[in-house]
Amino acid sequence: MTVSSDESTTSVTRVSPDSAERVRRRDGSAILRIPDIDTVEAVSLPTGLGTGHQDDERMILNMGPSHPSTHGVLRLLLEMEGETVLRSKPVIGYLHTGMEKTGENLTYLQGPTNVTRMDYASPLFSELAFSLATERLLGIEVPPRAIWIRMLMCELNRISSHLLFQATNGMDLGAVSMMIYGWREREEVLRFFETVTGLRMNHNYIRPGGVAADLHSGWQRDVRSLIDLIPPRLDEYEILLNDQPIFQQRLQGVGVLNPEEALALSATGPILRATGYDWDLRRDEPYLDYEKVEFDVVIGTSGDAFDRFAVRLEEIRQSLRIVEQVLDLMPEGDYRTQDKKVTPPPRGRIDESMEALIHHFKIFTEGFHVPTGEAYEAVESPRGELGCYLVSDGGPKPYRMHIRGPSFINLQTLPHLMHDRLIADAVAIISSVDPIMGEVDR
Amino acid sequence: MTSTEVDFGADMVPPVPTTKTFEQLVLHPDRATYTQVISALRDRGYITATDLTVVDYLNHPGRSDLPEPVQPERFEVVVSLFDHIRRHRVRIRVQVPAGDPIVASLYDLYPGTEAMEREAWDLFGVVFEGHPDLTRILLPEDWVGHPLRKDEGIGSIPVQFKQAPK
Repeated sequence: MTVSSDESTTSVTRVSPDSAERVRRRDGSAILRIPDIDTVEAVSLPTGLGTGHQDDERMILNMGPSHPSTHGVLRLLLEMEGETVLRSKPVIGYLHTGMEKTGENLTYLQGPTNVTRMDYASPLFSELAFSLATERLLGIEVPPRAIWIRMLMCELNRISSHLLFQATNGMDLGAVSMMIYGWREREEVLRFFETVTGLRMNHNYIRPGGVAADLHSGWQRDVRSLIDLIPPRLDEYEILLNDQPIFQQRLQGVGVLNPEEALALSATGPILRATGYDWDLRRDEPYLDYEKVEFDVVIGTSGDAFDRFAVRLEEIRQSLRIVEQVLDLMPEGDYRTQDKKVTPPPRGRIDESMEALIHHFKIFTEGFHVPTGEAYEAVESPRGELGCYLVSDGGPKPYRMHIRGPSFINLQTLPHLMHDRLIADAVAIISSVDPIMGEVDR
Repeated sequence: MTSTEVDFGADMVPPVPTTKTFEQLVLHPDRATYTQVISALRDRGYITATDLTVVDYLNHPGRSDLPEPVQPERFEVVVSLFDHIRRHRVRIRVQVPAGDPIVASLYDLYPGTEAMEREAWDLFGVVFEGHPDLTRILLPEDWVGHPLRKDEGIGSIPVQFKQAPK
């Protein structure tokens, strides 16, 4: 694994347009494209799906939706020959609750409460993408302190999300003590979130115009204690996992993807970076104030499950580096915009002014109006590019709210990764893709 | 955004109307030239399709951002492409009429759009011609209707509590 340094030296590999052609050619042998109802019949047939020969041993195996290694409710249809996976099909939608439709019926101020429930392991990123898109349409500037609070919280969220990955990845591979350790450290980060936002998860903290509340006094001490706590624990994980032969053998060379395939499949985030492709929106399409902090983009070399694990582990360290810089650079000032259009008047004004009271009431009942238009804003979530496409008709609610969930798109790599591998590897591969089903199904 | 100023629309054959919204380049090809335009963009370095979605403009008071001679239709397929080398994003918006909601699939150019097009079909009922497996993805296979369309109401199922006062 290598770490690529600053912007000037980065180079993006040129990808030939033939890559799509190659991915498509393999599609037929990797992706199972049959409807549910046919699988019921196929399973019951003694000869299975295959060519119809008597000695054909192919069968369809149904894995999930309630399977401990599927991280929720991912269901997989696997076409097996013996223990080898030939074709597979991820079946999703078990958590679909129509959140994009719900988003059309909530005001822009209520919007973050909805999107935060999509990727429940890194809720702040969905809130951020939604807020950035709303602010883009409104044309408002967010005060510097709000920007830096957002960066602090998002990087801590990236840490907690990757710690959760370390925990579940360990659990899926049988390293059960890792599960306890990952959860333990994540809890420390969530405790900080609880102090700042009031909630461990689904914070509704980042809102159009800024953040919901200022950091508490003494936040520096709390963040500092996290910075002191986590790195030694990461070293312990490395001793526990990286150098362990069983762990290496379960992951190395399993689920290999090359950069061209990853790009053709629109994969982003650690999956893309693990293939050795140097791409991170924080550096390459900077949002917030990421160009003012120093960090390295972590890339892998072989694109296998081990690299995806290692990339995420190292990204925790890079996020800690950013957090440390935010600690020193945090500006003073407002934590939300003073634009009267989106921010309610201060509490004191409400007691003395009737207009302020009406204004306050209108913001929270009717909501603020957003000019007509459309905007797409993307952020680098722990799982890849998380985009929010908003269409406004000039009213107080989005006309259309679409979230580009990285887990949803990344899930397409599964059949390619599992093709021609043993079924035991399938578990390691699902885990290494790290899908969050809330975001997949939305 | 570190984009270099590029205007692809004008030098394409035939020329494609372009607009800019918030520094992002938007191309408005018609359905006939849709795949041709995207294929040309891919050859110019837009190597990845980040997003594909549909907007139903049934109840919208009217779009003011459509350039001449684009005629507004009910559905609009919105595609985001990304050129990693120039670090430039481009958005393609195609008008799709309600009476004939069919548009060509991008699967041949970008295999990664497979799930996005399935989702768009599932929730909006826009058909992507040439898609290898255009089936429902988020909703059950026997579901009737396309719930993100604006004329599909939001359903509510009344909850009956046994102890509730009559």
